[in-house]
Parts: sequence; C-alpha cells; structure tokens
Amino acid sequence: MPESFPDLEPVLQRHGRQADGLIEVLNHGQELYGYLGEPLLRHIARELRLPFSRVQGTASFYHLFRFTPPLRHSCLVCTGTACHVKGAGALLAVLAGEPLAERGIELGSVRCVGTCSGAPLVVVDGAVWNLQTSTALLAGLRRLEP
Amino acid sequence: MSLCLRVCTAASCRSRGGEDLRQALAAVAGSSTVVKGVGCLGPCSEGPLLELETASGVGHPERQLFGNLPASDPAALAALARSLRACAENPKAPAPWQPPAGQALDLNHPFFRLQRRLVLKHCGRIDPESITEALAAGIYQQLQRVLEANDPAAVIELVRRSGLRGRGGAGYPTGLKWATVAKMPGHEKVVVCNADEGDPGAFMDRTVLEGDPHTLLEGMAIAAHAVGASRGFIYVRAEYPLAIARLRQAIHQAEQQGWLGTAIAGSRFNFEIALRVGAGAYVCGEETALIQSIEGKRGMPRPRPPYPAEQGVFGLPTLINNVETFANVPALLRLGVEAYGGGTKVFSLTGDVLRTGVIEVPMGTNLRTIVETMGGGAPQGRTIKAVQTGGPSGGCVPAQQLDTPVTYESLQALGTIMGSGGMVVMDDTTNMVDIARFFMAFSREESCGKCVPCRAGTVQLDNLLCRILERRANPADLEQLESLCVMVMDTSLCGLGQSAPKPVLSTLRHFRGDYLAMLSPEATP
Ligand SMILES: Cc1cc2nc3c(=O)[nH]c(=O)nc-3n(C[C@H](O)[C@H](O)[C@H](O)COP(=O)(O)O)c2cc1C
Ligand code: FES
Repeated sequence: MPESFPDLEPVLQRHGRQADGLIEVLNHGQELYGYLGEPLLRHIARELRLPFSRVQGTASFYHLFRFTPPLRHSCLVCTGTACHVKGAGALLAVLAGEPLAERGIELGSVRCVGTCSGAPLVVVDGAVWNLQTSTALLAGLRRLEP
Repeated sequence: MSLCLRVCTAASCRSRGGEDLRQALAAVAGSSTVVKGVGCLGPCSEGPLLELETASGVGHPERQLFGNLPASDPAALAALARSLRACAENPKAPAPWQPPAGQALDLNHPFFRLQRRLVLKHCGRIDPESITEALAAGIYQQLQRVLEANDPAAVIELVRRSGLRGRGGAGYPTGLKWATVAKMPGHEKVVVCNADEGDPGAFMDRTVLEGDPHTLLEGMAIAAHAVGASRGFIYVRAEYPLAIARLRQAIHQAEQQGWLGTAIAGSRFNFEIALRVGAGAYVCGEETALIQSIEGKRGMPRPRPPYPAEQGVFGLPTLINNVETFANVPALLRLGVEAYGGGTKVFSLTGDVLRTGVIEVPMGTNLRTIVETMGGGAPQGRTIKAVQTGGPSGGCVPAQQLDTPVTYESLQALGTIMGSGGMVVMDDTTNMVDIARFFMAFSREESCGKCVPCRAGTVQLDNLLCRILERRANPADLEQLESLCVMVMDTSLCGLGQSAPKPVLSTLRHFRGDYLAMLSPEATP
C-alpha cells in the first residue's frame, strides 16, 4: 500500500470533500488500490475531516469492501437463488477442497449478479463463466496463470 | 434491401459473447446496413441474440430473431458476416434469412406474443448508449409536455387515477406517495431512484438500466417536477458494472442536451441527478437504510415514521421509487389512464424452466401462462413443484395453484408477495426445506444487527432449519420454528426482519410434507 494517494484527488474533489461522499470515495479507493488498507482509510478520513473510526466503521458495514490485498485471481461463486437451485452448493463444495490459495486464486461468493440464465455461474476476475460444472470450472481455473 | 442488425449487448448476452458478436458483425455495416448494440431482447437462455430487421421498401419491415449464435469462433463469425452481407446485397424481396449457425426463434411463440411492453418499449430496440436514438424514439417528449403544461397537480392526479403501485416490492400507491411529498413544506426536495435490486434471482431493473436508461431519467424528471424537487439520486448496486457505466453516460448526455440541469427544455425547472453506487449490503435496498447510505453512512434502517416523504436525504422531504415505477411514468403519460389500463409487470424468469429471461406482461396474467406457456415449463422429464416470488421477503406458490393471476392481492392471499419481479421456478427434485434454509441464511447474513429479533432470530431460525435438514430435529423443533417465525415477524424493526420468516411460513403452509419427512421423532435437541 503506497503512502500517498494522488489518484484519489478527482473523486474527492467531485464530492467537495463532503462526508456524504464517503462511500463513493471508498468505492473508488478500492478500485484504484485493490483494497482499503489502513493508510488509505486514514488518508480518506483526513481529507473528508471525519474521525478514523467513522470511516473504518462505515467501510466495515459493507460486504464489498476489503481490508487486505487481493490475491492474483478471484473466483466468486454466485449463490443467488437461481444459481442455488441449479447447483451452486456443489460447485462451492468442490472448490473448498482445492488448494486454490496456493495457486493465487481467492475463493468468494456473490448473491446474484443478475444474469441468472447462466446459472450456475461463477465470476472469475470480473468475467462471468456460465453454466458451470465442477469439472469444467476446475479445468478453467487450472488454465489461469499462476 | 436494407438491414438493421440489433445485437444484445446487455449483461447476460455479453457473458455469452454478445459484444464479440457485435464487433464481428460491425464489419457488415454499410450504406444499407446498420449494426447496433441494444439492451435485452428477452430470451436470455438462448443468448447471444441477434434481431434482424429487413426492409425491402414495400410493406412493413420484417423482424426475425436468432439465438445461440457463435461468439468466440472466428471462422463461424466470419461465415455469419458473409451470409448477412449476401442478404443485404440481395435486391429481391426479403426471403427469411437462415444463419449458418445458431437458430431462428419464433416471434409468434407465446413468450413474445403474450407480452405487453410499456416499460420495456424501447429496450432491445434502441442503442442505449445513444441519446440521439432515444430522442428519435420519443423519449423525453413526455417530460417536454409536462414542462409546457406546468401543472404538477394534474400529473400527480393522473398517476393516482392510473392505480400505479410501487414496483419495488411493497406495492405502495405511487400517486399517493407523490402527493404526500408534493404537499410537504419547503423548497428543497429530493427524488431517489432505488436501483439496488437486491433480491437474488431478480434482474428486471438491470434490464431497464442497461437497455433504456433515458426512460428512467425521464420518469425521474417528471416525478421531480411533480413533487417540486431539484435534486435526484440513483442508488445502484455495485454488482451491476454495465448498468453503472450506461447510467453515467446517459446522465452526462442528458446534461449536455439540456434534459437535466438548469432550465430544462427552456423551462424554469432545474433538476440534477447524482449516481450513488452501493457496496454490497442487501439491507440498503430498504428505503431508510438507503437514505443513510446516500449520506455516506452505515446502511442502518430506522423506525418509520418519520417517513422519507417527511424526512429523507439530508433531512429533506424525499420521494423514493423503484426503477420500474419511474420507468412506467412516461408510458402512462403517453397513453393516458384509459389506454394504460391495468399496466404491466416485468418479471425475470429463471430456475428450472426451459426458457429463461425477461418478460413484461399485463398485470393479472396467470402464473401458469408465464411459467408454462411462455417459459415452456420444467425441463424434459421433470415437473414444476413451485414458483418462488418476492425473493427473501416472499414465498413459494405450489404447482397446484399456478392458475393464480399475478396481482398484489392474489399473491398475498397465497402467503407470498408480488415482490420486485424475480420468479424462480423449482422442479420436483427441489427440497423446500432447503429453499427455506437458503433464504434464512441469506437474511441472517444480511441482517444489519440493529434490532435483536432480526439479529438473533434469524440465527436461531437458521439453526433450526439446519437441524431439520440434517434430520436431527423432532416435532417439537418444528413447533418452535413456527412460533419463532411469528415472533421475528411481529417484532423486527424493518422490512428485512419482518419478512425474513416468510419463505419458511410459506413452505410450511404448502409443503409441510417436505418438513415432516425430515423429522426424526426420537431426536433429542
Ligand atoms: C430488506 C429490504 C430490501 C429492499 N430492497 C429493495 C430493492 O432492492 N429495490 C427496491 O426498489 N425496493 C426495495 N425495497 C423496498 C423499498 O424499501 C421501498 O419500499 C421502495 O424502494 C419504494 O419504491 P416503490 O414504491 O416504487 O416500490 C426493500 C425493502 C426491504 C425491507
Ligand atoms: S442467482 Fe446467480 S446470477 Fe442470479
């Protein structure tokens, strides 16, 4: 995590450094730097003139904010209703037994990305992989660069 | 012959290569051929989809729809482009074109024929990234009319008379809500669009946001003029990156062309819209939590009253409506109350059903018509067991009751709700206790923790359901499950806790057998 965050300046300005822009600023911060490390949160608190605890407390409320650096790849299994009905549980169970972290893949879940016609689906590095079976999914993940 | 090729580039087809298809077909574009990316064309399960409109100069243009087109195979894409070019160069009257790969979809199938597209009128027709196309299609004309007439009370009265009810789940009368906000004192008011679409299995709002963002902006501006607001927010979930990008672009275009900002269309009406992106908390779809989140705080619901109409964003009187509610308004104004009639409802049809996708049907259409006639029923060799509506706040309609018309009242009578429009079909292999547990786990995770009944109650209920699933529960546990459901429902602070037990109660009511089969009388707690 760097010590200064010049790229955050435009979004801080867009919200006039007002407290109500906090979630927008956090979203952008995570987009830019991958995660919300303490130096970044402290910087945001200073810039918006908010107590650090308020910034940290707000960020921790929302599921999508993360406070540790991401691994090289991410695999999110959709656990929305359609994907559940179509077998997301089985995909998760298989993946849980794989040493994914060793291969730089972070396993997570998401509650519906709104393209349920592809159920069960996973989102790998932002791309949707539709109609997954555990065999196809494992093969696909194996093809990711370590 | 002139051709118009519409390739769906909304999220579902995009995930099946719709954007690659559009790019490959762009090579076909020429003097008589237009190629454009459009919003959802409907049957997502057959994506990527392409609509071909051919006009020979005489008679109406012919429309054909094609599905399962190639997307990643360069040779197949080249063959497709060649074939389309040949079709365009053919001077004769349009003979139905046959793609070298993929298949033609029958536009006379009930899936298309039984729809009534008011909200989705332009979705799949126009390029959502072009305000020029939006304007050519007539979007912003109703706003213009409203501004010229400058009679907010008449607009509110029209909305009230139409009987339009909120499409976000609770079904509150929209005209009444607008009238309440309009009556509030003060010059500063706010209009908020709830685009959080948190119910898993629901993607109607995404379809509107990606396919026709300008209609939403028009609806919001009309509402703002009616209630006297000059500031607007759209709160959209982070899981919809394409919708966010298209909204940003649409807002920018509307500002450039004077449909948002100051002195809109030469009138004295000012209205600006800011986009707020969520961060993955389901409870932020609840209106009081959403307001907190817009203000940059934790999305904690608070007791009502005061209602947002009295005290909303920054303490100002605030009108909150769902995406589809706003998107109904231009259609209503264009048609008038009479022709608008009972209106429509947009549904996303998914789960164990042959054809999945987005449909808009007249309000009151039978569930069976939607699921069996339009959706084609359960996959081969299986039968439908239930249809889930209303997401984590709703319930399951058993197969025997599919002849129910979808109206707010009839679904409520069955122990579920209309909800926002997610419809998940479940076949006979589904264990309904597992479904109840699925939703309870969801509510447990998404409870904000502010009130005890919801925070602790959902954990208890989840544990009980797990015990039943693991065949470690006895009949007394089932009784406890039921009484705890009632307690959580009656004492929770916000809609999340108040409705979290609904999927359990609904499955208990219609599928008690599934529960009883999993009890073991000897089990000791
Ligand atoms: C837990 C919870 C989640 C909700 N999520 C949404 C949502 O994602 N989208 C939505 O439009 N309304 C949602 N609502 C309903 C809103 O609180 C509110 O009633 C609605 O946005 C009002 O708009 P309408 O009158 O146009 O339906 C939710 C309510 C609750 C209790
Ligand atoms: S349930 Fe998985 S995408 Fe909707």
